[in-house]
Amino acid sequence: MELTNIKADFPLLVNRKIAYLDSGATTQKPFPVINAINEFYKNYNANPHRGAYSLSMEATEIYENTRTKIAKFINAKHREEIIFSKNATESLNLIAYSYGLENLKKNDEIVISIMEHHSNLVPWQKVAKTTGAKLNYMYINDEFEISDEEIQNKITDKTKIVGITHVSNVLGTINNIDKIIKYAHKKGAIVIVDASQSIPHMKIDVQKLDADFLVFSGHKMLAPLGIGVLYGKKELLNNMTPFLMGGDMIEYVHEQTTTYAPLPNKFEAGTQNVEGVIGLGSAIDYIENIGYDKIHEIEAEIVGYAIEKLSKIDYLTLYLTPNREHHSSVISFNIKGVHPHDVASILDNYGVCVRSGNHCAQPLLRSMGIDSTCRASFYFYNTKEDVDKLLEALDKAYKIFEKYITNSAKKS
Amino acid sequence: MEDLTDVYNELIMEHSMNSYNKKKLDSADYCQIGHNPNCGDEITLELKLNDNIIEDMAFSGHGCAISQASTSIMIDTLKGKTLDEAKEIIKTFIGMIKREITDEEELKKLEDAIAFKNVSNMPARVKCALLAWHTIEDILNKN
Ligand SMILES: Cc1ncc(COP(=O)(O)O)c(C=O)c1O
Repeated sequence: MELTNIKADFPLLVNRKIAYLDSGATTQKPFPVINAINEFYKNYNANPHRGAYSLSMEATEIYENTRTKIAKFINAKHREEIIFSKNATESLNLIAYSYGLENLKKNDEIVISIMEHHSNLVPWQKVAKTTGAKLNYMYINDEFEISDEEIQNKITDKTKIVGITHVSNVLGTINNIDKIIKYAHKKGAIVIVDASQSIPHMKIDVQKLDADFLVFSGHKMLAPLGIGVLYGKKELLNNMTPFLMGGDMIEYVHEQTTTYAPLPNKFEAGTQNVEGVIGLGSAIDYIENIGYDKIHEIEAEIVGYAIEKLSKIDYLTLYLTPNREHHSSVISFNIKGVHPHDVASILDNYGVCVRSGNHCAQPLLRSMGIDSTCRASFYFYNTKEDVDKLLEALDKAYKIFEKYITNSAKKS
Repeated sequence: MEDLTDVYNELIMEHSMNSYNKKKLDSADYCQIGHNPNCGDEITLELKLNDNIIEDMAFSGHGCAISQASTSIMIDTLKGKTLDEAKEIIKTFIGMIKREITDEEELKKLEDAIAFKNVSNMPARVKCALLAWHTIEDILNKN
């Protein structure tokens, strides 16, 4: 693949001429993904699994082939371990309801990290409340990382479920999920990995990790909105009850009773998002075509450049591990004494898109003693020019506020 | 491109950074929290009535410059007004931000709060400008 002008593959980036630094929220989509969806509706649209005619069979085939592609992509042992969902949030809810509620008892422990997205946190509060289990947190140290001691202090013999985000959507910290999974397994707990922020950037191998469940959203990795994946070990999924009931997930339906379809259909009730699945398949092709090594190389250069420049600016606070190799492509920062919402508005005015707020991680920010940050998140289509635009816009924002920022705020 | 100095103007900035209205009242008749879960802005409004006149108001809390300044300027504008006058001003302010009221004559009653007119061009900031006004609406609706 010709890498000199990746941006040209992303029509929105060409049309809008913005520095899009919010890929952590959702990525832009390249032509091949957009075209694949277009092609599906022009030539293949039918309801999969439901028609005896060849068009429906073809739609089914594309849908099921993509399942196989995803299984290979994350190295799942069996293709039926891949369940399609709406997004990471739905995948996590499925696990909480169909595994958590069914398997936890009073005094069991659920351990999650303080850096979880609300979608890997709020469902566990519900499970804890309903089952009487306890919800415990692994906290971060001064380097915005979870230390080995913290892992060993919080995961105990009572722990049944560990939920951990692979990469923090606020800090960019790459958690040592290898270690967490090994330790949790030693203690007899299963581990749920939230790969939403990692799979766009790094190779995931569920067998090598020995993850029990792993979830992600397609839209953060070039695919359309509204398609997500749940990976679960076959023996776990087989023993779980369905999450949603309805068409396609059944075997026999009688007036009072139903038997369920085998995996994966058991967890795919109702007409599925075939357009999303096809877009996700095409997104995976695109990523594999560039290659994770190349993606890493590009991002390391751009993010490294951004960190180098940003860390020299006195008026900024960065929330970032000093260990580069533990950091992915998200940078949270604040202009001292200025609210991030104002900063983001001003950056927007200069064509720079960053997110501001609590990033669906209120407990994390509270534990850090702040309510919100600005967050710039990068993907391989970003360039050093985007970083320069960010730096210039930050200077402009600071200038607007400079004379009003009180001395006390400056110091904080 | 919006001219940012229209929004981040002298008046708004002064109020947002060091507002004299950011304090506690000795005896408030009403105390109401306003919260914007998306951005985390949170204010607590205190209000003291004398008959049907707003005798005093104050606020505490945290948030962006727009929400803080809007709260402070709202307090300046509504202090000394009757409840009916206040309700009318609140309705006008909300109408201005939502671009439902554009008539200059009508907007005059907003006094300093007219400084937020250009926020109506920034959809992402409308909620910030309205936080305090919705919060006081909640108080007055209880009355
Ligand atoms: C780490 C993490 N987990 C989960 C989610 C939820 O993703 P979605 O909103 O697509 O379900 C996000 C994205 O916002 C995320 O960053």
